[in-house]
Amino acid sequence: MNAPTTSHYPAAPTAQKPETHTLSVLVDNEPGVLARVIGLFSGRGYNIESLTVSETEHRQHLSLITIVTTGTPMVIEQIKNQLDRLVPVHHVVDMTLAGNAIERELAMVKVKGKGENRVEALRLADAFRARVIDATTESFVFEITGATDKIEQFVSLMLPLGLVEVSRTGIAAIMRGPEGM
Amino acid sequence: MTTKGHDMTREMTGAEMVIQALADQNVEHVFGYPGGAVLPIYDAIFSQNQVRHILVRHEQGAVHAAEGYARSTGKVGCVLVTSGPGATNAVTGLTDALCDSVPIVCITGQVPTHLIGNDAFQECDTVGITRPCTKYNYLVKRIEDLPRVLHEAFHIASSGRPGPVVVDIPKDIQFARGVYSKPKDFPHTGYKPRLKGEMDKIKQAIDLMAHAKRPLFYTGGGVINSGRAACDLLRELVKLTGFPITSTLMGLGAFPAADPKWIGMLGMHGTLEANMSMHDCDVMICIGARFDDRITGRLDAFSPGSKKIHVDIDPSSINKNVKADVPIIGDCAHVLEDLVRLWRTNAIHPDKKSLQAWWAQIDKWRARKSLAYRSSNEVIKPQYAIQRLYELTKDKDVYITTEVGQHQMWAAQFYRFQEPNRWMTSGGLGTMGYGLPASVGVQLAHPNSLVIDIAGEASVLMTMQELSTAVQYRLPIKIFILNNNYMGMVRQWQELLHGGRYAESYSEALPDFVKLAEAYHAHGIRCVKPGDLDRAIKEMIEVDKPVLFDCVVDPKENCFPMIPSGRAHNEMLLGDAGVSVEEAITEEGKVMV
Repeated sequence: MNAPTTSHYPAAPTAQKPETHTLSVLVDNEPGVLARVIGLFSGRGYNIESLTVSETEHRQHLSLITIVTTGTPMVIEQIKNQLDRLVPVHHVVDMTLAGNAIERELAMVKVKGKGENRVEALRLADAFRARVIDATTESFVFEITGATDKIEQFVSLMLPLGLVEVSRTGIAAIMRGPEGM
Repeated sequence: MTTKGHDMTREMTGAEMVIQALADQNVEHVFGYPGGAVLPIYDAIFSQNQVRHILVRHEQGAVHAAEGYARSTGKVGCVLVTSGPGATNAVTGLTDALCDSVPIVCITGQVPTHLIGNDAFQECDTVGITRPCTKYNYLVKRIEDLPRVLHEAFHIASSGRPGPVVVDIPKDIQFARGVYSKPKDFPHTGYKPRLKGEMDKIKQAIDLMAHAKRPLFYTGGGVINSGRAACDLLRELVKLTGFPITSTLMGLGAFPAADPKWIGMLGMHGTLEANMSMHDCDVMICIGARFDDRITGRLDAFSPGSKKIHVDIDPSSINKNVKADVPIIGDCAHVLEDLVRLWRTNAIHPDKKSLQAWWAQIDKWRARKSLAYRSSNEVIKPQYAIQRLYELTKDKDVYITTEVGQHQMWAAQFYRFQEPNRWMTSGGLGTMGYGLPASVGVQLAHPNSLVIDIAGEASVLMTMQELSTAVQYRLPIKIFILNNNYMGMVRQWQELLHGGRYAESYSEALPDFVKLAEAYHAHGIRCVKPGDLDRAIKEMIEVDKPVLFDCVVDPKENCFPMIPSGRAHNEMLLGDAGVSVEEAITEEGKVMV
């Protein structure tokens, strides 16, 4: 490591352990703002595990972007600081650090099958409090809401029962208690 | 233009608004190049006398000229270019300004709104292309937004950590009529850079400094960007504390090089004393610098025993590469003011004995003379050329720009800056071809000063056409080319790291620079012998027109000292002309006097 390399850039630092964080980013709802945020992630080599965007306060032209990202603690801090200095960004809150956030996502799960598999799928859906939102004689579409691991688990259970496809919204997060962000 | 009752708002075209906004923002010069999509704005320029347009020869040159203008004055530099190639040519300059935190407002023409996305002639996605290389950018699609956007652009470019802002204006918006309003109407809601540092943190910093045994100031371009007051406060703090001070390439001039507390530039080609002090210090006070990879060398061996105080206006600069023990987010001038006041009111007396021992150690490193080189009577050594240039110009009102490469490092090492805003160089992006157009901007801002572009023969050819701009506007810039027939820094790396295989780094088929100068109606000088150098430099200074000075130097000279890649600050490579450790120790007595 001490020997000169053939590059005039320093070697990559020894990696810290990566962590997963959920960030809530309050932005001006203006053209290009999402491109700025995503461009920042791709341009600086950060990861996006999940991304959810929607206008939240129509009158004030504000949108909430919820991003799940992974990185070493130093990189996570960089991501927050880099987001915060974008001109249309009002607030960046690290929901994972705040510790008391609720995270939910919604998934629609299409399962195809007949006979026992079909009955089993319906029974499991009931146990997971998934709703049937479409049905044919050989398929169901379930709607399920919950934390990511619950949805992951449901999807993996549907796999042997004839899973066709899944459409997920990505994570939305909000802080518990009376305070806003 | 019709005045509508009171003078705050008037009806005018979008193109007229652009010029009016520039005038209201105290812009005297705009650097630009016309084209189809900005013709209405050029028409508005034609019929007024408030803003003077400087016609460059390439849009990259326009941005660099605006950068030179901005960095030598502290004001916002202004650029006007057309759509498509006009905008894409400006991208290098914009990226350069982003990396070096230079306030620029760049107005780009765009195809009419109904043609956007249609692959129209000279259309490109300007906001898409410039999004990652600007601090912020706008596409103005409604005439109602134009006045606000124009003023906001100046505010964003110049406040906080400065940077380039692009305003893309479709041609139909330039023709459209609307109501113009003056700057003060637009307070920005979301964007509020923090200026004052947190008092708790500042007190912690003072406490660390008060008990330091081996303290060191490490300062950067942020101090200069913060303004004259920040530089004066820095000088005061160094005087009060008696601590040594080093600076990055971008920070040269914030603290006078003539002061004994100055231990030279740090980093890859910094002095031995600066880098060894960085490695061995116990309290590092970083002000307006960002622990760039040219500064730190090997990160896991970077200043292992020190507590680090980091003052920066940009929170994302803190803890990016190096963990700060005391992070202070704020403007350098504001934080320095607090530091000076607290140091005074607490009547702090640092540990004199430790500080004396620390200075004795630094003087030992100084005695190694890490910048020494072997002089010659036969061939001009590039270091000697810069030294003579410095000696013959130091008493004048002088501004220096550079290109990028060995000559840039030699200029930083051997030209001694006493004042801020006198040194314009491309640090972050390392843009060859920066210096010549930058000197055009500097000379416009300071018509009676001596403006010298210290250049390399390879770099200068990248934007040589701007010599024509200098001639057109009678700007007597001096282009001092250290001509070593190589892309010298590339050659140096190939020698040290790639087995001396000099792939494509030889400057083949160079022009005759004297004839080239004459072709541009400028003045050409060629100098080959060390004995002729002084006379030639004096001629360069005296000639009242742009000068292209071809200074033929030793082609094999390397830039030392240097921190080789993958090494730490205390593993510097010195040239063979310096003083060895043993010699330095025996000479110690002499040096200590």
